[in-house]
Amino acid sequence: MAIHKGIIRSRSISYIATILLIGFFAWSLNARADEDLHQISEHTEHEMEKADLNAGEIIIGHIVDAYEWHIADYGHTHITVPLPVILYDEGEWHFFLSSKFHHGKSAYKGFEIAQEGMLKGKIVKRDADGNFVQPIDLSLTKNSLAVIIYSTIVVLIFLGVAKSYRRRARKAPKGFQSIVEPIILFIRDEVALPAIGRKHYERFLPYLFTVFFFIFFNNLLGLIPIFPFGANVTGNLAVTGVLALFTFFITTFTGNKNYYAHIFNTPGVPWWLKVPLPLMPVIELVGVFTKPFVLMVRLFANITAGHIIILGFISLIFVFGQASVYAGYGMSIISILLSIFINFLELLVAFIQAYVFTLLSAIYFGMAVEEHH
Amino acid sequence: MELVNPGLGLIFWMTLAFGAVFFILKKFAWPIIIQALKDRERHIEEALQAADRAHEEMKKLQIDNEALLKKAKEERDQLMMEARKLRDKMLDEARVRANDEADRIVENAKVRIENERKAAMTDIKNQIAEISIDIAEMVLREKMKSSDVQKAYIEKLIEDKQLN
Repeated sequence: MAIHKGIIRSRSISYIATILLIGFFAWSLNARADEDLHQISEHTEHEMEKADLNAGEIIIGHIVDAYEWHIADYGHTHITVPLPVILYDEGEWHFFLSSKFHHGKSAYKGFEIAQEGMLKGKIVKRDADGNFVQPIDLSLTKNSLAVIIYSTIVVLIFLGVAKSYRRRARKAPKGFQSIVEPIILFIRDEVALPAIGRKHYERFLPYLFTVFFFIFFNNLLGLIPIFPFGANVTGNLAVTGVLALFTFFITTFTGNKNYYAHIFNTPGVPWWLKVPLPLMPVIELVGVFTKPFVLMVRLFANITAGHIIILGFISLIFVFGQASVYAGYGMSIISILLSIFINFLELLVAFIQAYVFTLLSAIYFGMAVEEHH
Repeated sequence: MELVNPGLGLIFWMTLAFGAVFFILKKFAWPIIIQALKDRERHIEEALQAADRAHEEMKKLQIDNEALLKKAKEERDQLMMEARKLRDKMLDEARVRANDEADRIVENAKVRIENERKAAMTDIKNQIAEISIDIAEMVLREKMKSSDVQKAYIEKLIEDKQLN
């Protein structure tokens, strides 16, 4: 019986491995296909203008932050959730709902949503010369609201998990506890411990756990296309930038003498690389800032790319549908299958990117607290 | 451009939200979870060690038991052997004593028989002697009935005396 089970398990593992392998091939193929698609879409864009459907704009519109939460269109009615706009301009606070802009079509109190240029999509004001100027904008945007909702979910989940740990002390995990426990143990034993070392790793565990589960849950919830989920939170530079800044500040403040000595007086490097031209210190110092920058861009690019591909496949249905209704129906079968596949891939990416962010953070912390040897 | 132009508002709310998540979980969730995991791991390790120890002890106990059993068996054997020896000895002694007794009884009987026989012989001798004397008396009386015989006999005696 046990042997039988073992065979089934090993078989299912090999299935998963095969699927992953196919996934990676398909991924690379897709990337290439995507480039072709770009050319095609550029091609068709001119025709699209006639047809009044711009797939690229639709996709970007779904990915970027917005002042209102668009749920669906019904005929010519936009079903949206208006969100509060908070502005500070010329010593004055302005609070109003984003519905005052009428989906960006009209201005309110002299503010409007820029429709083009560098500040496209942002609330701006025209100065005397007619140039756009940005007020201090603390609006609760779509992604801000999403971050708050998803954060609440994460907090509730882990407070619940902590409660069940307290209640079921020394017992086997149960329910949600048993879902997160392997991940917690994985981060502790496979990420934090090897990257930071036995002496210091425990100090960084709370941050690593938080950052992992925050990214992981935001990635996952961002894949659910139903309000209030589906916001491209971790595919936004502001979000990933703040996460990267947290890692950067923790690294900077926990860095020991050895860490800074390594930056400003790199050991094992000929002196003429440091004096008179401080080549090495400059390189090392740049490295200090590129590390969090890379963290920020990697997460942003991966999650955004996934969303773009899924949206691209869905848009294809409508692009083909414009040409002919039957082509649209035909394409929908392929598109749905492909987007289901990409969705599965995105589940994987959601984990991998959270893992990579956590691992790299742990490695940076490990560098910061490394003892002289 | 929109894609890579982060909004100040989102940065603000994100910092707030993530900071809050970090703070709350760091205070109320992670320490409990980390401690619980550590406790459980230690508990499991201890339980395993205890099981190992119990196993060792049982093994030792088993060995001890076997040794004890062996010793008990040896002791029993020895006791049995001693008992047998003792029994044999006692039997032997009893036999010897019985023999001695029997010999003594026989000897006594012999002595007694001898004594009886001697007594009987003495008695017979005495009786024979008495009877002989009686007979002799009777014979003499018969012989000396006549005074002539008596006279002749006395003369003879005197004659013997004179001869001496």
